[in-house]
Amino acid sequence: MLIVLIVLIVLLAVVIIAGLAMLGMYNGLIRARVRTREAWSGIDVQLKRRASLIPNLVETVKGYAAHEQEVLENVTRARAQLEQAGGAAQAAQADNMLTSALRTLFAVSENYPQLRANENFLALQKELADVEEKIAFSRQFYNRNVMDFNTRIQVFPSVIIANMFNFERFDFFEAEETAREDVQVSFTQPN
Amino acid sequence: MTLEQPVLIYDRIAGNRRNTFILLTLFVLVLAGLSMAIGIVIGLPIPFAPILIVPFVIFAFISYYSSSRIALGISGAKEVTREQEPELVRKVENLCIGAGLPMPKVYVIEDGSPNAFATGRDPEHASVAVTRGLLDKLEPLELEGVLAHELSHIGNYDIRVMTMVVVLIGLAALMADFMFRLTFFGAGRRSSNRGKGGGGAIAIIFLIAIVGAILAPIAAQAIRFAISRQREYLADASGALLTRHPEGLARALEKMAADPDPLEVANKATAHLYINNPLREHKSWLNNMFTTHPPIEERVKLLRAM
Repeated sequence: MLIVLIVLIVLLAVVIIAGLAMLGMYNGLIRARVRTREAWSGIDVQLKRRASLIPNLVETVKGYAAHEQEVLENVTRARAQLEQAGGAAQAAQADNMLTSALRTLFAVSENYPQLRANENFLALQKELADVEEKIAFSRQFYNRNVMDFNTRIQVFPSVIIANMFNFERFDFFEAEETAREDVQVSFTQPN
Repeated sequence: MTLEQPVLIYDRIAGNRRNTFILLTLFVLVLAGLSMAIGIVIGLPIPFAPILIVPFVIFAFISYYSSSRIALGISGAKEVTREQEPELVRKVENLCIGAGLPMPKVYVIEDGSPNAFATGRDPEHASVAVTRGLLDKLEPLELEGVLAHELSHIGNYDIRVMTMVVVLIGLAALMADFMFRLTFFGAGRRSSNRGKGGGGAIAIIFLIAIVGAILAPIAAQAIRFAISRQREYLADASGALLTRHPEGLARALEKMAADPDPLEVANKATAHLYINNPLREHKSWLNNMFTTHPPIEERVKLLRAM
């Protein structure tokens, strides 16, 4: 009789401890997911800011270098893609396209001294450089959160909880590789 | 270049956290021992002796909450706005985005010697102060390295730990002082009133208490410096992780070490806050144990190895 009681109590204790551990893991995963989403909105804010600067830039450049049609179109197209992008992977791709199109634009602008002297143009160039830096930093913060979250939902024992409640992996916001290629493209651009 | 072996940096951060935890535990034990010794000397029954820590803890809380204001005040730091120092504020803002920190207050110290420090009990109440010399003498990537180091202090809650440690040191000194007064004037009388049988044991307890009172502040000081050095290595590592450019900070540290201008506003009480030890000290084994900063060459070597 006593033995049965002891076994029951031990079993109960084990169940309670396991339940609490699972609750803790679940809350940890939720917290990591909220943090990652918040980090994503950090990137999103900067991407929107970048996109909103483009029309003004295109207008300014048109005033001095109207026949650089192709360059300007590339910038406008990249911006449109960025605005339509859904999810980190697509946004990253569109943003990389915009980065490369802008680089070409600024490289071409070297040929137009009057444009280079335009205050509005210089201010826009400076602001775009700042946004690019902010995107780079917010990307870094986001990717660190993604790495943390993706690791958690793949390692034992939290993988059990992750599978039970369908936690899905986040995409990284990848720019490194394409950015490096873009540098090469803009270097080979004939002036 | 850091991207190829990020594990290394992460490992180092984890290792530093662990060391700091061990040191802090040691420290609390030293403090508890001291208050216990005082309790015994003034004749409290042994189980109740540690209760003496309570008034000291209250004192500690007050110092903890005013420490950041005092540090900024002593060094003559002035808060700057985005209009006054656009590049500096912009850099801090961008690095904060990368570290996921709220924007701290930014201060400038009008002094030609290049140096910087961060203070504040948590990221919501943090401040970063840099000297005019730092802004004038460093390249943008070097400045970024230094700022990332300071923001890492904030992100790792280093300042909280360091503030706590400094306050605890103050406490240890205070308690040791208290102890001496008690043993010489108060408790001595009481012990002579007791029976002859307990005399020997009480003398031994006294001896232990006095030795403890002498050694504790010294040990506390040594631990404080060890914690401070660990924190510097940790901030170097996580700063490099943030900028992905350890070379910037390495070069900045070399520049700061080579700079001949002394930082006039720094003193022994605030030296541990700065990124580079503002006090010029001679090198020896003993001094190494009591210095707040690891040698620059060592830090540069580690940064270059990342």
